[in-house]
Amino acid sequence: MSRDAQTPILKVRDLKMHFPVKEGVFMRTGKFNKAVDGVSFEIAPGETLGLVGESGCGKSTLGRCITRLYQPTSGEILFQGHDISTLSRKKLMPFRRDIQMIFQDPMESLNSRHTVGDIIEEPLIVQGVGNSAERKRRVLALLDLVGLPARSVTRYPFEFSGGQRQRIGIARSIALNPKLIVCDEPVSALDVSIQSQILNLLIDLQQELKLSYLFIAHDLAVVKHISDRIAIMYLGKIVETGAGENIYHNPNHPYTQSLISAIPVPDPHHQSQRIILSGDVPSPIDPPSGCSFHTRCPRATDLCREQAPVLKVHGAGAAQTTAACHHI
Amino acid sequence: MSEPILQLSNLVTEFDTDEGRVRAVDDVSFSVNAGETLGIVGESGCGKSVTAQSIMRLLPQPMGQIVSGEIRFNGQNLAALTLEQMRAIRGAEIGMVFQEPMTALNPVHTIGRQLAEVLLLHKKISKQDALRQSMVMLDRVGIPAPDIRMGEYPHQLSGGMRQRVVIAMALACGPKLLIADEPTTALDVTIQAQILELIRELQNDMGMAVMLITHDLGVIAETSQQVVVMYAGKVAEKGTVYDIFDHPTHPYTQGLLSSIPRLNTVPKSRLAIIPGMVPGLRDLPAGCRFANRCRHCLDSCTLASPAEEQVSAGHSVSCYRWRDLPPLTEVPA
Repeated sequence: MSRDAQTPILKVRDLKMHFPVKEGVFMRTGKFNKAVDGVSFEIAPGETLGLVGESGCGKSTLGRCITRLYQPTSGEILFQGHDISTLSRKKLMPFRRDIQMIFQDPMESLNSRHTVGDIIEEPLIVQGVGNSAERKRRVLALLDLVGLPARSVTRYPFEFSGGQRQRIGIARSIALNPKLIVCDEPVSALDVSIQSQILNLLIDLQQELKLSYLFIAHDLAVVKHISDRIAIMYLGKIVETGAGENIYHNPNHPYTQSLISAIPVPDPHHQSQRIILSGDVPSPIDPPSGCSFHTRCPRATDLCREQAPVLKVHGAGAAQTTAACHHI
Repeated sequence: MSEPILQLSNLVTEFDTDEGRVRAVDDVSFSVNAGETLGIVGESGCGKSVTAQSIMRLLPQPMGQIVSGEIRFNGQNLAALTLEQMRAIRGAEIGMVFQEPMTALNPVHTIGRQLAEVLLLHKKISKQDALRQSMVMLDRVGIPAPDIRMGEYPHQLSGGMRQRVVIAMALACGPKLLIADEPTTALDVTIQAQILELIRELQNDMGMAVMLITHDLGVIAETSQQVVVMYAGKVAEKGTVYDIFDHPTHPYTQGLLSSIPRLNTVPKSRLAIIPGMVPGLRDLPAGCRFANRCRHCLDSCTLASPAEEQVSAGHSVSCYRWRDLPPLTEVPA
């Protein structure tokens, strides 16, 4: 991917999303849940950025900030050069065509009282696209594109299996010809044999429609398969980014190393050199001082406890990644 | 080490539903050897959890029923025991761990009380001894500051810690068999690695057998010696972990193994797929249950369900065509 030649479709700068935590009898806001705490990255046209992290690391919150389901606390979200981070609902409307989202649970994200036809047509109506007949034709074309029969139009979501429902969600998300789709765990609720069908579909659609993806997931093998580059998140911060192959075969950050080593390999001959982390992810309400990973890091020193590391380029060639650690 | 501790023969379990009777487990046979781990792998609705519930006699009542077959554990047929007799075995000789630890723990009782209850129920010991042993058990499963945790409630613990408590409860009485139904599915990978390591350690120390149910082929490959692959209520293939991963013989096993993205597959390449989806239990086909998704299916496959055939010692498959199929390496991706 010749990323340097193109201007990024999405550029996120120092994005923060702090949720107020209400506590006590008077529900005063004393503390903040720093779900996303200073994140910067770029996505090039046609590129997939995989975003990986454990539950509570802020990856879904980040996705929801970019689609502006949340109003971020601070930072910039530049979509094709326009900062959409503070736009009003009205001013956001044209951008909503270009940025769409696919959710994890297709049953919860599809209105169970609407037919599949209504569900897929809705974004077209909201954005005032075409007349009724044109929209109906578009719905049929979309169903065909995601591999569902035309007769699905009059059916309801419950009549479909999990994999088919996810296809409906995908059809809805591409209805307006978006440029960027935020995929939040799109295959993690699906069975193994259905997962590969949906992954193939997402890859085909990307090539056909020149889509960019922000692909959020906790399954590292899935993310590596679909992504050009990968960002690893821990406690609201990106700790390492790089090309997928580099992140997987030559990770530099100790968290990435332990995360990769923890993936069970479907090969009984594989001898795993597992780095087992002790303890749990700390709370984002009271993140540790300095490097937020120091409480679980096998290499932590006093420096890590006091000073937060910044993202820097480490390694060369196949081992080159950008990581935030004092000890690489 | 190859003495079977649990032996299922021709187990059939059915459910009464609003739309009639469905057969969730159909003629399932396998055995778990003492001290070994048997992995059961399959997709949702394949009957793997119902098999576990049948063994534990924890089928939802009154809908679920064991219709026929034997469950031999330690010389007795669990399928024929009264619920009273079963209660003495459950928790004492067979421990269980489920997917979601929060549902396995009582939210209004402290960790200590719940753990001690298991011991008081199955052992003739004083309450003080039970509490002391509970604390030792919490320490054993790697919970820091067990004396403080004893007085805490489940919601005060993280997911990984809760699963450790459930494991401590399951193992408190030193069972001979641990049944773990998706024990790490709700956990993050780094926590999953901790829990699998813990089960392995405890298994080595206590010499118990483990029956591990999961949909994750990676977890199976890392933990199991024996593997059972289930599909739509039936055993599709069973054998050692090397039989299943090196010489998968059933088209479904082959399909599963080739459809998962691995760390060495070329990014954005097309993954192999199994077309279609699992048949519903209400309209199971007469013949091979995998027939409608199988690329090797012949008309004869749809007439009657295939019987188990021996591939090699300990490796069997339920497929009419397994002799004609190309080995997995030659299957075009």
